[in-house]
Amino acid sequence: MIGAGNMNMHKLIIAAAALVAGLAMAPVAQAAEAGPHPERQAWSFGGIFGTYDTNQLQRGFQVFREVCSSCHSAHLLAFRNLMDEGGPEFSEAQVRALALEYEVNDATADGGRRPAVPADRWPSPFASDQEARDANGGALPPDFSVLAKARGVKDPFPTWIFNYFTAYQEGGPDYIHALLNGYHEEVPEDAPHSSDGTPFQLPEGKHYNDYFPGHAIGMAPPLADGVVDYAEAENGTAVPETLEQYSTDVAAFMMWVAEPHLVSRKQTGFAVLIFLVLFAGLMYGTKRKIWAGIEH
Amino acid sequence: MSEHSTYVPGTAVEKWLDDRLPVVRFAKEHLMDFPTPKNLNYWWTFGAILVMCLGVQIVTGIILAMHYVPNVALAFDSVEHIRRDISGGRVIQATHAVGASMFFVALYIHMFRGLFYGSYKAPREILWILGVVIFLLTTATAFMGYILPWGQMSFWGATVISNIFSAIPLVGDSIKQLVLGGFAVGNPTLNRFFSLHYLLPFIIAAVVALHIWALHVPGNNNPIGVDVKDSRDTVPFHPYYTMKDLFGMVLFMIPFAWFVFFAPDILGHPDNYIMANSQVTPSHIVPEWYLLPFYTILRAIDFNILFIDSKLGGVIAMGGAMACLLVVPWLDTSKVRSGVFRPMFRWFYGLFVINFIALMYLGAQEAAEPYTTLAKVCTAFYFLYFLVILPVLSRIETPKPLPTSISESVLGNKAHA
Repeated sequence: MIGAGNMNMHKLIIAAAALVAGLAMAPVAQAAEAGPHPERQAWSFGGIFGTYDTNQLQRGFQVFREVCSSCHSAHLLAFRNLMDEGGPEFSEAQVRALALEYEVNDATADGGRRPAVPADRWPSPFASDQEARDANGGALPPDFSVLAKARGVKDPFPTWIFNYFTAYQEGGPDYIHALLNGYHEEVPEDAPHSSDGTPFQLPEGKHYNDYFPGHAIGMAPPLADGVVDYAEAENGTAVPETLEQYSTDVAAFMMWVAEPHLVSRKQTGFAVLIFLVLFAGLMYGTKRKIWAGIEH
Repeated sequence: MSEHSTYVPGTAVEKWLDDRLPVVRFAKEHLMDFPTPKNLNYWWTFGAILVMCLGVQIVTGIILAMHYVPNVALAFDSVEHIRRDISGGRVIQATHAVGASMFFVALYIHMFRGLFYGSYKAPREILWILGVVIFLLTTATAFMGYILPWGQMSFWGATVISNIFSAIPLVGDSIKQLVLGGFAVGNPTLNRFFSLHYLLPFIIAAVVALHIWALHVPGNNNPIGVDVKDSRDTVPFHPYYTMKDLFGMVLFMIPFAWFVFFAPDILGHPDNYIMANSQVTPSHIVPEWYLLPFYTILRAIDFNILFIDSKLGGVIAMGGAMACLLVVPWLDTSKVRSGVFRPMFRWFYGLFVINFIALMYLGAQEAAEPYTTLAKVCTAFYFLYFLVILPVLSRIETPKPLPTSISESVLGNKAHA
């Protein structure tokens, strides 16, 4: 009688606990104008075994440097980070040479400017936010430092429950990839009507994007096929110079900028989890042994 | 509470110490010999797990405070500095942030265990009330901690929640200004929240000490809720429960580590990776998940009641929801403690658990139909459970026959199994 009671209680609480875990971060209901759902990409750094692809990060860095960085800052990215293990892994000589190509502000230097060294942060393209707005039609190009983690994808039920078990953390890069591929030259016919029923009106100087909240984005389509020249590998294989490839590479690079220690974090995680599981097994055996003589 | 001491000082030094400050005797009595019912199940390990959680938060928090800068211009980047440039900083910061969520998982399980097994009933009312005080202090601490990274959700969460104070008649605005250190959330707010966030865990630790003291006067409740009759019903705390609790802790650390190392940001909100900006309001302001049930109750009162406007009404409802927990020992007057022997109570308790989860879910939804109506229904059931169902059940329910002792029930279990 008591046993059966306890069993029901256990089932109830376990079911409740599972529900709590699932509902813990119940996604906010999507606003109607949020647009289509960004498609999940096969990121090399996705899942619990994922690591960054060094070549992809180097290509992404090239896209960032040649295209994005003319408007977007990345004030937490230091030149030295580019040679960190688990990142783009440029050589020290490459990073030193790269830094020398840039100038940074330094109040103690002659004229207030000096060539950069690896310890310096990536110089911002504009002196202030206001200057950045003035140069970009009033819109502020967001800083890249943690941007890939500041964007996310809201999954419908029950996908978001599974995300806790698959450790899906790539909503940011998925959104960035979708955004870069989501431009339309003309406002499409299926664009959402405004609340009073009038057709979609694109404000002057804005661009239509499927994935941007509200669809009117200040940034002109930044990438197109062929705008960045990728170096050929030594064996002659070439990476396609397409919008799809550029956007994937730069989104991966942005994820690395936002989460530079992802690889070492996961490596430590495996050691910790394997230890904990083994330790828990030993603890359980010890507990059983100690309690063996006690009716409980 | 020192009747069960079996401590005999083994050496002259121990004897000398025991005559002056009997700490070893105290530890032996309370951490080793303490007689504990032998039928406690794994829901009882969450007390020890919570002590571990508090310890983890204090240790990681002290390290974070060595690097964190409580200034509106520098706070956001200083947290990133910890993640990027401090040795092991990514893991320490993630442990602290995930640790807050794990703390509340354990806290809610611990509280719901108490609600099912009637652990709040005489003679454990003070023990239960101290537990509710710990819950409220932890909620305040977690809320203030969430402000410190100075992201968009930090800022706007603080703005929305601090508005609660302004609902209080006459003195509300003054209290709000005192809490914020100004007219709006700003640098003085960040400074005082940092100071209080560092202080409160030590006050929590002190209340935990009282909580354990209050536990060690009547001793543990147990799954059948029948008082300990004699020494055959109990085992010494050490090694039986030290071992079982340690195993529970290690088990609890597995999902904890999963989140820390493989999904450190999944319990947070992406908007908190955008630095606080008083000029840009996020499209949906959502508190952390563990505050959502009470946030739903706050929002559910969106209508005026006589001279009480909806805002004050919401605050009263939220305060009332917490006050219900404080007085539950006197609302549920059933002589039977454990829900196992209460056939009607069990159903309503199950509904209460589901209702609480629904309140949590609704707190994350936008204020639109059908969520607003559901929120009202769930809020009504929350109060109905405490104020009507528990008192009425106590009178009309016929409990199942209780075993005469823990030993008898344990042997009965074996016979059936």
